[in-house]
Amino acid sequence: MTTTTGGGARTAPATRRPGRPRAALGFLLLGLALAVAALLSLAVGANPLPPGVVLDAVLRTDPTLPDHLVVVEKRLPRTLVGLTAGLALGMAGAVMQGLTRNPLADPGLLGINAGASLFVVGAISLLGATSPGEYVWFAFAGAAVSAVVVYGVSSFGREGATPVKLALAGAAVTAALTSIVTAVLLVDQSSLDQMRFWQVGALAARGLPVVAQTTPFIVGGALVALLLGRSLNGLALGDDVARGLGQNIVRTRILAAVAIVALCGAATASVGPIAFVGLLVPHVARSVVGLDYRLILPFSALASPTLLLACDVIARVVARPGELQVGIVTAVIGAPLFIALVRKGKAVRL
Amino acid sequence: MITTRPSTRPSTRPSGGTVRAVRRRGTRREAAVTLVLVLLLLGAMLLGVSVGRASVSLPELLDLLTGRADQVTRFVLIELRLPRLLTAVVTGACLGLSGALLQTIVRNPLASPDIVGITHSASAAGVLGVVYLGLSGLALAGFVCLGALAAAAAIYLLAWRHGVAGYRLLLIGIGVAALSTSVVSWVLTQSDVRDARVALTWITGSLARADWPTLNPLLGCFAVLVAALVLLGGRLRSLELGDDSAISLGVPAERTRLWLLLTSVGLAASAVAVTGPVAFVALVSAPIARRTVRSGRLALLPAALIGALIMLASDLLAQFTIPDVLLPVGVVTGIVGAPYLLWLLMRTNRSGAGG
Repeated sequence: MTTTTGGGARTAPATRRPGRPRAALGFLLLGLALAVAALLSLAVGANPLPPGVVLDAVLRTDPTLPDHLVVVEKRLPRTLVGLTAGLALGMAGAVMQGLTRNPLADPGLLGINAGASLFVVGAISLLGATSPGEYVWFAFAGAAVSAVVVYGVSSFGREGATPVKLALAGAAVTAALTSIVTAVLLVDQSSLDQMRFWQVGALAARGLPVVAQTTPFIVGGALVALLLGRSLNGLALGDDVARGLGQNIVRTRILAAVAIVALCGAATASVGPIAFVGLLVPHVARSVVGLDYRLILPFSALASPTLLLACDVIARVVARPGELQVGIVTAVIGAPLFIALVRKGKAVRL
Repeated sequence: MITTRPSTRPSTRPSGGTVRAVRRRGTRREAAVTLVLVLLLLGAMLLGVSVGRASVSLPELLDLLTGRADQVTRFVLIELRLPRLLTAVVTGACLGLSGALLQTIVRNPLASPDIVGITHSASAAGVLGVVYLGLSGLALAGFVCLGALAAAAAIYLLAWRHGVAGYRLLLIGIGVAALSTSVVSWVLTQSDVRDARVALTWITGSLARADWPTLNPLLGCFAVLVAALVLLGGRLRSLELGDDSAISLGVPAERTRLWLLLTSVGLAASAVAVTGPVAFVALVSAPIARRTVRSGRLALLPAALIGALIMLASDLLAQFTIPDVLLPVGVVTGIVGAPYLLWLLMRTNRSGAGG
């Protein structure tokens, strides 16, 4: 956070880094958790299946067995959507928090997903786009535009973009854009059908084509983000120190913005606006692997799909015989944790 | 605590006769502004009564007043349009007053019931009350008020850490608002709400449910809360001077603030019980009132009138800008209000005293 650079001793990443073993153990457990979450996502549903059947269905699909078909045609695409979109949200959150030095940064809270949503609604309603392949570009454009607006508005003036201003500007932008989206949906009933999931964010009924179309952008964004680890560590020490370390701050900012827009745009194009995942995961990462972004980024990349898939499994279980949209579950779990973060105070000042 | 005020007060106060002169001029201006606002509001109401699918001419309105109108006109005006207009006016006034009070208590132009999550919590209470408890009328209003009060208390306590800092209150409010919004979506997806009007009311805020049976309890709540406000009004003025001055004037600052907070939450909740969370009306009314009255003081009556005017004008826009489409009023206030909030953020930024 820019305002605290004047006073208060900032702890350098090196002094607080937990030992390598702890980080390694964290990654190991996380990998296991992700595998379990993926397996549950394939097994749990209206018709729960034992793990053996699930593995069988994935490895040796027998098209004559209805159980296998459920797993391969319904749950596998859903799980893959959760994996890719979750990865994108978590890494986007981590990069945003590093770039803005703002522990409350999240693609959902800062209005970036709302921007992507609005442009997608516009593409569907005005231009007749029907598949994510067509509207993914609009999602990027919308994400970029609202990122610029929110960051621009809140960094205006000498105080710079403090967490509160970013959050409020994000809330304002989200409110305005959501209003416009609602208006468009009310005017255009046919878009409403296509867009209903979008309003809350869901993994269901997205299908493999969505994964295929958004994955290149997510992979690209994730690679750029991983390469930025060192530079984000530098930024965490303040612009002057980073410059003194011989870093090109402007290049870092631009690359980070590109990664954020690619990741948020692709995530929103595939699952709709989902808040709080990108907010929470980097904090968990920090508490496990320390303040080094070279570890935070890969940790977030694994932890965030785990969280999203777990929330999706919960969404399928709690509201039987129907199911909830995953965005509702992430908000119900995420909002109290967000409040806890704000209360901790130390986190707000990062 | 953030201490930005929407308008800056002169740092050195003129003394003696000038004070009185300035004050008199301020009062006169406030009276003039109030009169203009009342006229504008009446004009907007007249417009609201006459436009619509069946437009009503002025002579027909006069006929209605003199009791010579035909059955159909009577039905359209008295059963359909009038309750909606009055609901817009009263809920707008509620929200305007609620925002004005909260901004004064918290001393932050951003602290309006919709930003700190009170209207969203009230909305969540409302949808729970309607769907699971089958409440309506006064019982619903009471339940919504209880929900909003509980949420306000929770937000206040959660934001409390050696005193309530403005930024923490705002951020926790944003969190609570997000939580409440998802509770609303959850209940609406869980229950079999086929009626889009009901869903829209609780999600974006809409006047579509307005009719006499919902209007009457609203008017009752409004009357009680305004009476409370009139009783507290004098203390509010002293409170505005700061806690120390208020205490030296014999006004118990903390207790007064608590009562004002209750009134503010009650006003917001009464409005939400009928219309759902209409965005930004509570946020913008008081600052606009301060700006037009230009006395630097809190102008409650103008704030209420401006709230009513915004609500009414937004509802007319929502009904008639796009042919054949009835937008919920919250869509219009959201689109119009958000740029104001962004501008406010940029402004508090520049003065260097924002969050």
